[in-house]
Amino acid sequence: MSLSTAIENSDLPSRRHEDWRWTDLRGLIRTVPPVSPVFFDVIKSSGPFEGQANAELIIANGRQNWWPGKDAETVEFFEHDAPDNPYDRASLPMAAIAADHAIEPRASIIQFNGDDAASVRFVSATDGTSHHARLGVVVKAGVSAVLLESHEGRGDRYLANTLIEIFLEEGAKLERIVLADDAAEAVAVTTAIVKVAAGATFNQTVLTGGARRQRIETHVAHPGAHAQVRLDGIYLLNAQRHADQTTVVTHGGVDGVTTQLTKGMVADQARGVFQGRIIVAEGADQTDARMGHHALILSDRAEIDAKPELLIFADDVSCAHGNTIGALDEEAVFYARQRGIPELEARAMLTQAFVGEVVERIEHDGAREIAAAWVAKQLGRSEEGGAE
Amino acid sequence: MLSINNLHARVEDKPILKGVTLEVPAGEVHAIMGPNGAGKSTLSYVLSGRGGYEVTEGSASLNGEDLLELEPNERAAKGVFLSFQYPLEIPGVPALTFIRTAVNAQRRARGEDEIAAPAFLKLAKEKAASLKIDFEMLKRGLNVGFSGGEKKRMEIFQMAMLSPKFLILDETDSGLDIDALKIVSEGVNALRSPERGMLVITHYQRLLDYIKPDRVHVLAAGRIVASGGPELALQLEAEGYDKYVGAAA
Ligand SMILES: Nc1ncnc2c1ncn2[C@@H]1O[C@H](COP(=O)(O)OP(=O)(O)OP(=O)(O)O)[C@@H](O)[C@H]1O
Ligand SMILES: [Mg+2]
Repeated sequence: MSLSTAIENSDLPSRRHEDWRWTDLRGLIRTVPPVSPVFFDVIKSSGPFEGQANAELIIANGRQNWWPGKDAETVEFFEHDAPDNPYDRASLPMAAIAADHAIEPRASIIQFNGDDAASVRFVSATDGTSHHARLGVVVKAGVSAVLLESHEGRGDRYLANTLIEIFLEEGAKLERIVLADDAAEAVAVTTAIVKVAAGATFNQTVLTGGARRQRIETHVAHPGAHAQVRLDGIYLLNAQRHADQTTVVTHGGVDGVTTQLTKGMVADQARGVFQGRIIVAEGADQTDARMGHHALILSDRAEIDAKPELLIFADDVSCAHGNTIGALDEEAVFYARQRGIPELEARAMLTQAFVGEVVERIEHDGAREIAAAWVAKQLGRSEEGGAE
Repeated sequence: MLSINNLHARVEDKPILKGVTLEVPAGEVHAIMGPNGAGKSTLSYVLSGRGGYEVTEGSASLNGEDLLELEPNERAAKGVFLSFQYPLEIPGVPALTFIRTAVNAQRRARGEDEIAAPAFLKLAKEKAASLKIDFEMLKRGLNVGFSGGEKKRMEIFQMAMLSPKFLILDETDSGLDIDALKIVSEGVNALRSPERGMLVITHYQRLLDYIKPDRVHVLAAGRIVASGGPELALQLEAEGYDKYVGAAA
């Protein structure tokens, strides 16, 4: 399906799609935005994970540039000009569009042959244009890898649609850190389809400040089989920003673990969406799945929509979910103010502490520090308060 | 120093303070005693600016400056410190980080430079040692999982770090064991100086053996109903509040 067909047929995801009811794209994209031009300048500037990985892939306005690190053997890079599109537009509409519309080469592939980290930067550099990109990530058996993924809005009012397919072979491990720094008026959708083999570990943390409309969606095919999945997220939204974190984990076999912890804060007229679905298929016994979503609403006009779902078709499982939405503890705010901390700073400090638990779960030291600094900056705090 | 004149305050339309008048000159320690529900904590909250209280009449000023006009953090920067009867737990914010944030916020508000990290740590180590606080505890979330007595000790630690001008201690002695009471009192006495004033709220004369007050006041039903020297505390301990409760009603 082409984007123009989708728009003409009113087929972009909208309120009518149950899974997109809180993230309507159709109302925002009424005409086809022109295709984003080639943009190379970005290569000169650095991304948020600067210095954390040797190998770097930059996909600017949908077009890729590969910068192999010093050690080219642990991370390899390929191009694929004619990958198939297995995605069904009813269930994965934006992934299907990305697969059809990715600019040549139709897909970039990063393969980890040995333990290493790579950074991938999706840069949207131009105002009012659109681009689609498709990236494959393969982690070979037994290899431990880190993917530092940034979405950088340098332009505004763009439509950026990204499809990432991740394959973890047996016993492989991947920590994926996504830092989404999109522009205020942008529409951005990132869909990750993750296939996990037996005994593999997939850990993910999404950090986002939202956009005009933004969705970061992750689908994990979990084999059970001692594989472990962690899906975490933080959203910190102000003004009229919107961020949607949607996850679907399907446990297909016995003995799998999934833990999820997403925390967020909305201020002003922002809107946070969390949709977490864990499906435990028939026979997927001994599944251990835990999902938590906890959020703060700091203004009357802000909104949070949360839908945690556990769909369990097996008998012998241990599954739990928790979902809380509340305000900051006003007693704690007063306590901090009595000590001399101005109100806004007190609120930011308490919010930072609230989401800090998610930051602490990031294993990669550099990424964890960058995440902590991002949270502080997003809340308008300098690192100065810290006394370590 | 602290002047409170005919202060009336209400909570949710319920009058609690009904004309408190009190003068604490610089260099003096005044104790406030009184039955449960008399309005002692309310007075400390109104002075420090907690929300939910409506001042309907009267005034309160520190060194001539109207306190009631200021935000709670502005009052703190002017030197008002309240040691809470029930200190809050702040999960996720290490005690040291919290206090450093507070110290620097107060310094900024007064137009001073922020304290450098090494100087701050040195001071914190000194003060923690003198209050017999395990330094490792300061790296944990503020007051999270601390015992009642540890929380009170942490209040005095914060006070020592901020070195305020006017101290309000709301039942700082409750929950303290005998040794802790001594340590905390020494911490408070270390701050006694000709420029500082203190208001010490307590139910027990015992604290006043350690922190010797210049004056003792009885607050009952929202008013100061009696004032005297340290001997008044001894008398209250022996006789109770019966005659004052009747007088205030
Ligand atoms: N938010 C509130 N709503 C209604 N009444 C309140 C509120 N806060 C305090 N009060 C009432 O105000 C009165 C004074 O309370 P306060 O806490 O000041 O007493 P206190 O003298 O400190 O008592 P204690 O010795 O028990 O600490 C009490 O009757 C209390 O119930
Ligand atoms: Mg009280």
